[in-house]
Amino acid sequence: MHSYDYALLLAFFAIVLLPAPWLGRFYYKVMEGQRTWLTPILGPVERGCYRIAGVDPGTEQSWQTYTLALLAFNLSGFLLVFGVLLLQGYLPLNPQHLPGQEWSLAFNTAVSFMTNTNWQSYSGEASVSYLSQMLGLTVQNFVSAATGLAVLVALCRGIARRSASTLGNFWVDMTRATLYGLLPLCLVLALLLVWQGVPQTLSDYVKAVTLQGVEQVIPLGPAASQIAIKQLGTNGGGFFGVNSAHPFENPSAWSNLFEVSSIILIPVALVFTFGHYVKDLRQSRAIIACMLALFLIGGATALWSEYQANPALSNPQVEQAAPLEGKESRFGTTGSVLWTVTTTAASNGSVNNMHDSLNPISSMVAMVNMMVGEVIFGGVGAGLYGMLLNVLIAVFLAGLMIGRTPEYLGKKLQAREVQLLVATLLVMPLGVLVLGALATSLPGPAGAVSNPGAHGFSQLLYAYTSASANNGSAFAGLGANTTFHNVMLGLGMLIGRFGYILPVLALAGSLALKKTAPVGQNSFPTHGPLFVTLLLVTILLIGGLTFLPALALGPVAEHLSLGF
Amino acid sequence: MNMPIPDVNAVPAEQARTTFAALWRPALVQAFVKLDPRQLKRAPVMLVVELTAVFTTVLCLLPDSAVPTSVALQIALWLWFTVLFANFAEALAEGRGKARADSLKAGSQGLSCRRRNATGNYDVVPATALRKGDVVKVLAGEMIPGDGEVLEGIAAVNEAAITGESAPVIRESGGDRSAVTGNTRLVSDWLLIKITSNPGESTLDRMIALVEGAKRQKTPNEIALDILLIGLTLIFLVVVVTLQPFAYFAGGAIPLVFLVALLVTLIPTTIGGLLSAIGIAGMDRLVRLNVIARSGRAVEAAGDVHVLMLDKTGTITFGNRRCSALHAAPGVSARELGEGALFASLADDTAEGKSIVEYLRQLHDFSEPQASALTVVPFTAETRLSGIDYQQRRYRKGAVDSVLAFVGMQRLDMPTALTKEVDRIAQSGGTPLLVCMDKRLLGVIHLKDVVKPGIRERFAELRQLGIRTVMVTGDNPLTAAAIAAEAGVDDVLAEATPEKKLARIRQEQNDGRLVAMCGDGANDAPALAQADVGMAMNDGTQAAREAANMVDLDSDPTKLLDVVQVGKELLVTRGALTTFSIANDVAKYFAILPALFAVIYPQLGVLNLMQLASPQSAILSAIVFNALIIVVLIPLALRGVRVKAASAAHLLRRNLLIYGVGGLVVPFAGIKLIDLLLNALHLV
Repeated sequence: MHSYDYALLLAFFAIVLLPAPWLGRFYYKVMEGQRTWLTPILGPVERGCYRIAGVDPGTEQSWQTYTLALLAFNLSGFLLVFGVLLLQGYLPLNPQHLPGQEWSLAFNTAVSFMTNTNWQSYSGEASVSYLSQMLGLTVQNFVSAATGLAVLVALCRGIARRSASTLGNFWVDMTRATLYGLLPLCLVLALLLVWQGVPQTLSDYVKAVTLQGVEQVIPLGPAASQIAIKQLGTNGGGFFGVNSAHPFENPSAWSNLFEVSSIILIPVALVFTFGHYVKDLRQSRAIIACMLALFLIGGATALWSEYQANPALSNPQVEQAAPLEGKESRFGTTGSVLWTVTTTAASNGSVNNMHDSLNPISSMVAMVNMMVGEVIFGGVGAGLYGMLLNVLIAVFLAGLMIGRTPEYLGKKLQAREVQLLVATLLVMPLGVLVLGALATSLPGPAGAVSNPGAHGFSQLLYAYTSASANNGSAFAGLGANTTFHNVMLGLGMLIGRFGYILPVLALAGSLALKKTAPVGQNSFPTHGPLFVTLLLVTILLIGGLTFLPALALGPVAEHLSLGF
Repeated sequence: MNMPIPDVNAVPAEQARTTFAALWRPALVQAFVKLDPRQLKRAPVMLVVELTAVFTTVLCLLPDSAVPTSVALQIALWLWFTVLFANFAEALAEGRGKARADSLKAGSQGLSCRRRNATGNYDVVPATALRKGDVVKVLAGEMIPGDGEVLEGIAAVNEAAITGESAPVIRESGGDRSAVTGNTRLVSDWLLIKITSNPGESTLDRMIALVEGAKRQKTPNEIALDILLIGLTLIFLVVVVTLQPFAYFAGGAIPLVFLVALLVTLIPTTIGGLLSAIGIAGMDRLVRLNVIARSGRAVEAAGDVHVLMLDKTGTITFGNRRCSALHAAPGVSARELGEGALFASLADDTAEGKSIVEYLRQLHDFSEPQASALTVVPFTAETRLSGIDYQQRRYRKGAVDSVLAFVGMQRLDMPTALTKEVDRIAQSGGTPLLVCMDKRLLGVIHLKDVVKPGIRERFAELRQLGIRTVMVTGDNPLTAAAIAAEAGVDDVLAEATPEKKLARIRQEQNDGRLVAMCGDGANDAPALAQADVGMAMNDGTQAAREAANMVDLDSDPTKLLDVVQVGKELLVTRGALTTFSIANDVAKYFAILPALFAVIYPQLGVLNLMQLASPQSAILSAIVFNALIIVVLIPLALRGVRVKAASAAHLLRRNLLIYGVGGLVVPFAGIKLIDLLLNALHLV
């Protein structure tokens, strides 16, 4: 590694960690309707939204109503995108006259953007019109992130409130999350990206004649605005097919730094938001410590692995350093690995290198990051509520060992809570293993891989992991645009999204109803190094025990077969 | 009319036989009986193991070229052993509790009684025919046929069969001594008793139900844990079932027997197999303390308690005031005062009087007069003094004003030193008694509530566990505070009335705390019912016994502290074994995965950290370890993990180290050892 690699890492952690406490408090104030410096500007807009929609921001909803509102909102979002993609050929803002998408692809894409996954079985510039991008995809980029944030604050309120029957108002939470939480930051990032040369235009693709005299079509579009929310909203769906490896999507070292750090900027801050909700920032620090530890373990492993020379080329005549296949030489190994680890740790899924070309152990790190349920910072809101589920599981597993009914922040974990926790534990095995097993056992779908053996298995495993974890990054190599994979991956995304959201909201409702026992010396300590270690081990143990056999057949076998 | 009246001397019945030597044989039989899936249904994890055992047994009949039949047979055998071991653990725990209950129940077989009929006459009916509300008459020498309340009469009752205490207790109608327990014997007079429980609901029946696995209600934490275990089982089922398609994709196949073995080693069989035994053993520990819980739920709640409300009298202090010091009047020697106080108290039969005599006998070596030489002057409401006349001297003691009147002195004329002493005693919450000989004031006796020895340390332990103690007393705040400081309680509820007690409990509960208390009077009933853990004294009223969720047969309020301990041990044992069970899986993976994939990817052999001899021996070793660990942990499950007084963080660190890290490490060693053994014996 060179000095500029270290500089990149340092700058990344500084951008991500330093503003987090301040930003976290900002999110708390915003979501609770308190006054911030943005209120004078956005307050009237917010009130206008309520007036138009006929929402009374003062009324609160029970967890059931909150859930119904969320489902209704997401369903209509899905239908809108699905419709637009099917019919884009007849709709305006389509200068390239792209036809409507095939139904399974449209289904896959609509589910993908609604669930904050942004898995793309298509290439943006080749099959999606400007209208579809802006009205369909970009809108979902915003509201799917806002949905995650809404679910998170509902859970925070559930934990923080005592003997309460309501969790807040879904419509209000959505409005505030979008208006204050996402829009201002996106505006800043979009401007920064435009400054670095990312296009933001509605004009036609440019036709140019190359030096060879061949005519070349250069795709353009309103890219900067979509890239901003794609990164900040942990969406990851690229404007162009090759995502952030594309020179228009990620033109410079600066844009690379801005984009990669904005992936987890909000998720890190939200951990502090939680601390403000429960009035105990020690909890935030413990959770951050655990996330950071997992991130660093994965990052270090991936960096080590990616700097290994390929043994197949260990020939004295070949001088080789780290393999660069599938990477942009502009970003180099460290820049690529940092992005890979960050995008899989958070459920972002944008890429600046092709994961298919990673060394097996680095690709395993990417998979493990997703398999543990996208809880290492994770998606906006989704990462932290996933992490809190792990916290509750750790508390329940070890909590009995202090001789009391397990309690988290004074809330008892009883049969109902455990039931809901177990439901969420089943999500990843169901999405990854069951759907993956289906895909591997049918000759057609299994044949979509581009390599035989362990690597081919990794391609399939990665695809179903990415979908179920709502990550959306692709391993490439898998020809995923088939009816089977489109439908099955879409199913995986739905399981992965609502398999968490529904139990989490039910959990929030059930916790809110409970009394809060005083937290004191004899309560289970949920801060401090001991708990951080316990949490870390719990996450790795549950993820490990579930996926170790599959990983052994994929990246581990490949690693050993290649003779590393 | 109790036809089979056993010999009175034989009443403490046979001692419950609870040693391992006495229990293992029936437990072994029960282990097989419990293979019945309808019974195993209560332990879903073990049901899964049984199903896989059946499946593997069938697979043994279908030869597979990849697995020698001998290995398949051994795997099947060990799977059956796994279920049997778990059943054995449960049967053993059940056996202990049942032995205790049976020895209690022995007396009730074939009992009959006199039941009052509509005309007011008495019919002889079997005790099992009694229903709530029936009225029975019991005469001296007969057994009381069921739990009930005395309507009429007064009698001495021997409750040895239930409490083990051989001295008879008085039961009478009205007041706080009106409740009687079934299967206790009337030793004098007669009683008219209203039966208060239907058959199957009596104290004894409840006791038995708590230790019988099949009838036992699962406790809330047990249910929650059960759900988690089922969830983990489901996850591992998915992992194992999907492994075969993945293996096909990789161009190989995994023998079904091995997949089954993987499933059983991964699912939490250790805790799944011992969960029920832990619960039963916990209840049994309670029964051994002579406490009967209405449900396991209350025992668990005891472990969660934040606040203990304890009555001062009988729990924190001995019931009576005792002599703690003497202070002589000016010009009187200590020996003179001592002699005077001793003589004045010799004939005093009250606890206070006795305590003075006891105190002084230890202090000096007096020559005491013969009882015949004394003229006893008993306490009367008129003089409010007591004492003796001896050798023409009148020795008296009594309250300050009474003695002053006796010696003909005004309060103001009392020597200043004595006045000061009297005031100091009163202010410290004690009672001053003056002693005089004829008209001469000798000094003052300091009577005070004496805190039970060891109780202060007990409270300190509870404080470390985060449990606050609140002393409840009818005393005025001053007296209460003095005793509270001496006993080291955290808080005091002085001048307590039943209403104040109830209000205090509600207030604590509103703040999210769990409250435990004990009581015996009828007016304690609402508070007992409101408390999360209410323990009634067996010699208390029926109302209190019904409102409480626990009854202490020995009527010892300090038992509450032991109950808290039992509750905590129950929870810790479950948590410890759960953690251990899950941590075990890591080693099992490293044993089985390389073995499973040996044919498909021989390179994965590097994961064989333990260097197990062959795929067959690796899988068999894991299965054997999985079965044997249950046996090894049976003693721990039955005894329970000890809970030391320490902060939560300390307990967690300690238990995580032992059961978490231990759970990671132990199987590596265990599986390796078994592998060596299997190969040495040429079993694979």
